Amino acid sequence: MKRENYFIVVLAVMAGVIAAVWGMFAIGDNMPRGVTEFSRQVYDLHMVILWICVVIGVLVFTAMFVSIALHRKSRGVEAAQFSHSTKAEVLWTIIPILILVAMAVPATKTLIKMEETGDAEMNIKITGYQWRWKYDYLEDDISFLSSLDAGSDAARQLQSGIEPVDVDNYLLEVDNPLVVPVGTKIRFLLTAGDVIHSWWVPALGWKRDTIPGSVNEAWTRIDEPGTYRGQCAELCGKDHGFMPIVVEAVSKEDYAAWINEQQQLAAVAKTDEERLWTLNELMSHGENVYATQCATCHQGDGQGLTPAFPALAGSQVATGPVADHIKVVLQGRNGTAMRGFSDMLSAQDIAAALTYTRNAWGNQTGDVVQPSTIAQLTNG
Amino acid sequence: MSTAHTHEHHEAPKGLGRWVFSTNHKDIGTLYLLFSLLMFIVGGAMAMVIRLELFQPGLQFVHPEFFNQMTTMHALVMIFGAVMPAFVGLANWMIPLMIGAPDMALPRMNNWSFWILPFAFAMLLSTLFMDGGGPAGGWTLYPPLSLQSGNSFAFVIFAIHLMGISSIMGAINVIATILNMRAPGMTLLRMPLFVWTWLITAFLLIAVMPVLAGAVTMLLTDRFFDTSFFNAAGGGDPVMFQHIFWFFGHPEVYIMILPAFGIVSEIIPAFARKPLFGYASMVYASASIAFLSFIVWAHHMFTVGMPLGGELFFMYATMVIAVPTGVKVFNWVSTMWRGAMTFETPMLFALGFVVLFTIGGFSGLMLAIVPADFQYHDTYFVVAHFHYVLVTGAVFAIMAGAYYWLPKWTGHMYNEKLGKFHFWWSAIWVNVLFFPQHYLGLAGMPRRIPDYSVQFADFNMISSIGGFAFGVGQLLFVYIVIKTIRGGEKAEARSWEGAKGLEWTVPSPAPHHTFDTPPELDDSQLAHGGGH
Ligand SMILES: [Cu+2]
Ligand SMILES: [Cu+2]
Repeated sequence: MKRENYFIVVLAVMAGVIAAVWGMFAIGDNMPRGVTEFSRQVYDLHMVILWICVVIGVLVFTAMFVSIALHRKSRGVEAAQFSHSTKAEVLWTIIPILILVAMAVPATKTLIKMEETGDAEMNIKITGYQWRWKYDYLEDDISFLSSLDAGSDAARQLQSGIEPVDVDNYLLEVDNPLVVPVGTKIRFLLTAGDVIHSWWVPALGWKRDTIPGSVNEAWTRIDEPGTYRGQCAELCGKDHGFMPIVVEAVSKEDYAAWINEQQQLAAVAKTDEERLWTLNELMSHGENVYATQCATCHQGDGQGLTPAFPALAGSQVATGPVADHIKVVLQGRNGTAMRGFSDMLSAQDIAAALTYTRNAWGNQTGDVVQPSTIAQLTNG
Repeated sequence: MSTAHTHEHHEAPKGLGRWVFSTNHKDIGTLYLLFSLLMFIVGGAMAMVIRLELFQPGLQFVHPEFFNQMTTMHALVMIFGAVMPAFVGLANWMIPLMIGAPDMALPRMNNWSFWILPFAFAMLLSTLFMDGGGPAGGWTLYPPLSLQSGNSFAFVIFAIHLMGISSIMGAINVIATILNMRAPGMTLLRMPLFVWTWLITAFLLIAVMPVLAGAVTMLLTDRFFDTSFFNAAGGGDPVMFQHIFWFFGHPEVYIMILPAFGIVSEIIPAFARKPLFGYASMVYASASIAFLSFIVWAHHMFTVGMPLGGELFFMYATMVIAVPTGVKVFNWVSTMWRGAMTFETPMLFALGFVVLFTIGGFSGLMLAIVPADFQYHDTYFVVAHFHYVLVTGAVFAIMAGAYYWLPKWTGHMYNEKLGKFHFWWSAIWVNVLFFPQHYLGLAGMPRRIPDYSVQFADFNMISSIGGFAFGVGQLLFVYIVIKTIRGGEKAEARSWEGAKGLEWTVPSPAPHHTFDTPPELDDSQLAHGGGH
């Protein structure tokens, strides 16, 4: 074939390959740039490597498709019989090594920065549970659970009949978001209470596993106020898909106000813990606690889900001695999905849930468990 | 020649006994291949359940627990039931024919290593119907989650032990055959590349299957005998399991791709009518990939919180794998260059393999970059990556090999029109199935979730449509195979014009016994042109 014809085929094939790549970029989604310095560096790194891959891909696939277009038997060509070329083989070993070194340098720099968790201005402990998050603000003594919001929870039941599009932020909304100040270096201490989870908000640029028995560290400094959503990324059981994360980044002033409000609420709760509650009060609060904390496994009607999650209606534990029941709820049961709730729920919540399960669905024991009793046990 | 016969060589025995008691490498190869095809359909059916539930947001068909059982089982069945047995089946059929050996070195063990598998998988699949349900903690079986399984977990672990025993016996057989039974003149560096890649694979299997056995045994004792290997409350470490598992798991990835490299390296020269480019560098590249596979395991767990030094080491080591892998791709393209190509079905699947496996390689390189992996890890980007490597990589190569050697196995040519249709159908839909998953992962969709937020709806629907179409298309493959076994145009001994190698010197179908006397070897028989 004439030289210029050859050239035209190469150009045409390359144009085709580039058009295909362009099409993939045009249709697709990409990684978000995020709202932290680290997330932007990760994004840039991602794009650099992607483009290197694209260029190499275009060259290799062009060579291959040119060959497919021209070196075919139906065109009457005679097959060459060469079988190696030391020069070419050395070349295509060395060049990739150089490209890899060029990739490794920025990757290493970014990684080193990510691991510098020192000089943080505040610390938040994140604990993963099946299937909710607990946030402890270590300096301000604030602590709360964050679970899938009620709207999403209703819609996500099998054949619920509720259209996900009609639910705001379906599966990405929580009851209590993590509120943090912007422009502040925040160190996270991550751990878990039962199985491994992974805390991931794409806009922050990273995810980190929360592992029972060990504490991981990570940090962030968010530049812009806003609401950033994420999810648990490590398979953690049946409701792994239903433990979202919502971070609300607010100005430093708003954050101070929020802290104030939370501390007042905590003070109210403290006096609540010490007073005597009536059966009715405990039953109505207990119904709520049961619905959000216990019903996923033991079911709303207390019938459980065999075989992993036993029924509570008429069960040995819920109708037997109170002390044994309290012990199971506080400490959990080894080797089962039943975890201890002592470090997860407040004394009021635990007392109310206990009272509720001992009196609902025909359990009628008449027992009242007071928050103060639980508080004594957990603090003692 | 007939003087070499010291005993009667009856033809294949008849009836069920032929299969149950067989010690013949061809019959056992056939059993492996058919078993693998069956498991491919079973695992595929599970994938259909997954894609059906993910067709739109909300839960329409299955409970989350069952969904998790499906993802877990799909992986176990496809890896240990479909891909690995397919390669062992190909090894059984082709290695003796390629090196001029009369059979595998250890024929009775060969029988046993196959017949363990149906029992192992019957046991594994039966857990779906047990009280405790099937395994639902992911095929990686990470504790503490996997320790929450019901009592049926013991059956899962025993099944994995059996699969491991079967694999180790198969590997021993391959090594013994290749090292001891080559025809005179078939030196190591004249062996076909498929034989080379399997030799390396077999060593990987022997090295890592016991590691898996150890890991799952510790799970067993943690779950049932109160040990605390992985229980933090008892002084154990859940992350230790991940290190042990991936020390098995990463070589396992190459166990599933090295033989694919071998198959493609046989097919491309045959249909380009040109010697394989860079034979020696192919061998060395395979060996270095195998070596590297032992020192990169922690790239599967960059987010567990490793020290900086560890993260850097595993990042660099992983990036290095791109070099030998690149060499292979460049060599395949150079083999095509200035050849005289034709595009029968095996060649189409091999070319599809080169393009799509390379795309999977690129996303693998991206995943190696630790800071970026903090975003990619455990998302659909990873799901897309390993399906490009395993479906359009390993499975496409297996399909290519099946079409390439079907005439040798059955004595009939398959229907070329149907074969080509099967390729194009698969190649198009597999991309509709998996390419959008890259976007889903980048946009923030975690893997292993039964339901998702509405922003992911469009690409999930596209992916599911691709999945259904791709799945249906594989039934065509089953039809083509059955039809070819039953009849068709008579295949010649050398079924393909450009095919080289000893397997093409015996009649088609290959007689029950071949190479009772070692063949004479000359360089024109070698796919890589010899001369080394
Ligand atoms: Cu999770
Ligand atoms: Cu790997």
